[in-house]
Amino acid sequence: MLRLEHISKTFAPGTVNEKPALQDLSLHLEKGEFATIVGSNGAGKSTLFNAIAGSFLVDSGSVTLAGQDVTFLPEHQRAKHMSRLFQDPMGGTAPGMTIGENLALAAGRGGWLSRPTREDRERFRERLRLLNMGLEDRMDQPVGLLSGGQRQALTLLMATMVPPWLLLLDEHTAALDPATAEKVLELTRRITREEGITTLMITHDMTQALTMGSRTLMMDSGRIVLDVRGAERESMTVEDLLRRFREGAGRALEDDRVLLSRGQKKKVEENEENV
Amino acid sequence: MLSLIQAALELGLICSLTVLALFLSYSMLGVCDLSTDGCFTLGAVVGAVVAVSGHPLLSIPAAMGAGMVSGFVTATLQTRMGVDSLLSGIIVNTGLYSVNIAIMEGASSVSLNKTDTVFTLLRGLLGETPLAGQYKLLTALLAAGVMGALLSLFLGTRLGLAIRATGDNPGMVRSSSINTAFTTTVGLCLSNALTGLSGCLMAQYQKNAEINIGTGMLTIALASLLIGRTLLGKGTIPRRAVGMAVGAILFQLVYTAALRLDMPGFMLKLVSAVIVALAISGPYLKNQWPIWRRRMAQGKEGR
Repeated sequence: MLRLEHISKTFAPGTVNEKPALQDLSLHLEKGEFATIVGSNGAGKSTLFNAIAGSFLVDSGSVTLAGQDVTFLPEHQRAKHMSRLFQDPMGGTAPGMTIGENLALAAGRGGWLSRPTREDRERFRERLRLLNMGLEDRMDQPVGLLSGGQRQALTLLMATMVPPWLLLLDEHTAALDPATAEKVLELTRRITREEGITTLMITHDMTQALTMGSRTLMMDSGRIVLDVRGAERESMTVEDLLRRFREGAGRALEDDRVLLSRGQKKKVEENEENV
Repeated sequence: MLSLIQAALELGLICSLTVLALFLSYSMLGVCDLSTDGCFTLGAVVGAVVAVSGHPLLSIPAAMGAGMVSGFVTATLQTRMGVDSLLSGIIVNTGLYSVNIAIMEGASSVSLNKTDTVFTLLRGLLGETPLAGQYKLLTALLAAGVMGALLSLFLGTRLGLAIRATGDNPGMVRSSSINTAFTTTVGLCLSNALTGLSGCLMAQYQKNAEINIGTGMLTIALASLLIGRTLLGKGTIPRRAVGMAVGAILFQLVYTAALRLDMPGFMLKLVSAVIVALAISGPYLKNQWPIWRRRMAQGKEGR
């Protein structure tokens, strides 16, 4: 379904701030496959998502979605077949519009001048019932009145209203309280399984990384450094993953120390004292 | 007294079309369209010229079409040519001054005293019926009613929802498969068509189109919009659209009343400017007030 061939991306090339964010990265996802991605801050996880979604064009390599080369396709055209959820629960819905209107926009069927029919509204109500949050009785209320968890659940529903070819989840439960996060995760599991949606999910939770989906990827310095599935993944414990993670993260920290010159380091220490 | 209310109703309904235009561009799309003044004049001038040399009924599509073109230019500048949205409005507004004079073939006004207007057309239609005396009010009511209903219907369509979402959460629209440049362009074309129609009706109402007819229109319409929003700002779109008309009428009522109380006519712009400034800064100042008071109290106690 998704095939990345040797993609690379360097930010601010040719300057002192040059940062190779993706380095010769290749990845192949089967249809219906659900993979989780872990990695320290700056490992390139979100950059990878941006490259797939088309927020920028990659410097080299190719992106293929369902056999179609989308390497040079602009973001809004790729979005026809891709849905993306962010950490910010407020980001995916329009607060001034009602729940029904948000869903109607996401359903996106019919021509530009079509209005949602009664059947559409019945379908929306049916979908909202899935959430088990009582939203089906609040379809005419503005989304701005909902809590963060409710809004993120609604965003997930909207993102999968028309099942996308690829679903990108960028730490979509990180800003929610544990109980709500579990609810949204359960919903994620259910919808992706029922609709057979190919999914990539970034997380900082090692348990989630091993229990959600069928494949775990670890990124470091713009590369995929670990790719486990099947029996190997099942035998893997959170400790194993954490150990692998620390090896990578520790090295990243070392790199940062090298980068900080003496003067800057002094400044940082002064700042810390002031705090 | 009755004639005062009558005039306020008529003027308010005509201006409510511009308020509806801002309801679309300012409240829905989140763009403050500074070309409103020029576009209002454009509609007035085009409508007047077509009514004089053609037919009054043709003046309506002509004025709306002209407004749409002006809106398209404003939208193209800001969505495809990297001009800031406020700046593109100002640029178009400035350019329209010359365009408007050119349409009047160098003159600064067109008189409609000797020609039929859409208002006199309706008077002819009404003939001897008891409503005939109210032909001006009926024409304005018809225009505002039809346009308000059409706009409400439109905002419920998929395109209308996309336009509203563009103003509400552009990031969300961008990450769905909708092009915000497209929704902004459609929104500005439609809103400027309404502004053009408003100007066209105003000129035919006054039986005169002149180059300054639209000056200050943006502020007047914004003041009306804010009044309407305070009164009927929550709820369904049709309800809010009615609120826009109510706001416009109330504003005209206050203004005409002030004129009767010997306020000179030239004060209108200052009054509308003050209303807009207060209505927009009000909520902010209300939030700041408790902090201010705490600070004052602490200042008195000394540290």
